[in-house]
Amino acid sequence: MVRRLGLTGNEAIAYAVKQCDVGLVSAYPITPQTIIVERISDYVANGEIDTEFVCVESEHSALSACIGASLTGLRVFTATASQGLALMHEVLYATSGLRCPIVMAVANRALSAPLNIHGDHSDMMGSRDCGWIQIFAENVQEAYDWTIQSFKIAEHPDVQLPVAVNIDGFTLTHCLEDIEVLEKEDVEKFLPPRKPIYRIDPEKPMTFGAWAMPEYYYKFKLQQQEAMENSIKVFKQVADEYGKLTGRNYGVIQSYGLEGSKVAIMALGSTCGTLRHVAKILRETKGLKVGVIKLWLYRPIPEDDFISTVENVETLIVLDRALSPGAVFGPLGSDVASMIVKRNLDFRLLNYTYGLGGDEVSMDLADKLLRLAVKVAEGVKPTSLTGYLREVV
Amino acid sequence: MSKYDVVMGAIIPKPRSSIENKTGGWRTRKPVIDVQKCVNCLICWIYCPDTSIIRLEKYVAVNYDYCKGCGICAEECPRKAITMVEEG
Repeated sequence: MVRRLGLTGNEAIAYAVKQCDVGLVSAYPITPQTIIVERISDYVANGEIDTEFVCVESEHSALSACIGASLTGLRVFTATASQGLALMHEVLYATSGLRCPIVMAVANRALSAPLNIHGDHSDMMGSRDCGWIQIFAENVQEAYDWTIQSFKIAEHPDVQLPVAVNIDGFTLTHCLEDIEVLEKEDVEKFLPPRKPIYRIDPEKPMTFGAWAMPEYYYKFKLQQQEAMENSIKVFKQVADEYGKLTGRNYGVIQSYGLEGSKVAIMALGSTCGTLRHVAKILRETKGLKVGVIKLWLYRPIPEDDFISTVENVETLIVLDRALSPGAVFGPLGSDVASMIVKRNLDFRLLNYTYGLGGDEVSMDLADKLLRLAVKVAEGVKPTSLTGYLREVV
Repeated sequence: MSKYDVVMGAIIPKPRSSIENKTGGWRTRKPVIDVQKCVNCLICWIYCPDTSIIRLEKYVAVNYDYCKGCGICAEECPRKAITMVEEG
């Protein structure tokens, strides 16, 4: 039976964690993530879940506590945002290097200065190379679904890597949506208890966190990279299984309206919903055909799936919700450019930054962008191939 | 299966492997104990960061397999019974 609940993105993630038999949560409050761990602490205080909740003095300590717990073999969750993720930075690398399958929700928020609590992807992009699998959810339903799937992906023997589930600050964290949730028994069947390969056990002493000399260090890092590559296959298997259970089919990449269209917009997260909605209106009312491509999986970048998705695309506008000062392209734009060069593809690539510090893409702005995309596809030269969306359309 | 012959996450699944890994070769100066001056107070034994001071019945000795030659023992010895001598 399908059960529906009205939940915000934060509440939906807390609800998913409640159903996943998590052994330990350690976190430090930060807007716009706080409600996730507040709800989890409610569940713990009410005796609804048997999870250890560890209060700490900073995000650096939160993730450090999570690593210790994860090494004992527990299933571990934490959540953060913005400055909190920045403060965790060095511990993020330790988590992936020690191969701890921790799941963390990142409520994407701008970085200071100036102080701003609203949404953008600067926080996650600043830690892009930390060795975590990075998923971007588009809406509250996806936030719930990806949290459950993330534990299964992270804990798979061929992966053993941490996963960050990204949700746009306020747009998803604080907006109420009517979502479908699973019954606890179904989650238990889908996600059996964690089976750690190695764990801290006083009866069987082992060394964790050893150092590695130059002749070994690169091997550990390349083995980590190998696990990242393995994760794409596991990711798809888990998504298929979850699709059979829920009827909601996920994958590494989602596209809309690419049939009969030679131009597309590509982005991450909640903006994709707005883009798809406006693309549908323009298609139905004006006959303008613009495709929308969304990456669910940002790290590892699903190269093969991207290439097959853009097979018929001639013009692609990639949107980045993070500024890379002094660079030619933003992070996602650079990723796409590198895949195009590697595969020797020939198409026009534009890369605009947008949405910094909560400067949301309205339907009006999306409409202007899509009309610009159509014109560029028809051969009209754009004012600029890069720049800030609001200023270039 | 990984194509790299290392254990995931640099974990060492077997205990006491550090014993096989002798670190005395890092040393440039070695502590030499004057057993005539040593009163077996064990200040050096407490301070040694590499547990390389060996307790004998009437005085102490140095385990040169693991002593890295930091010189803390010589600095702390209240009887000035330990001298740092250049290796080689």
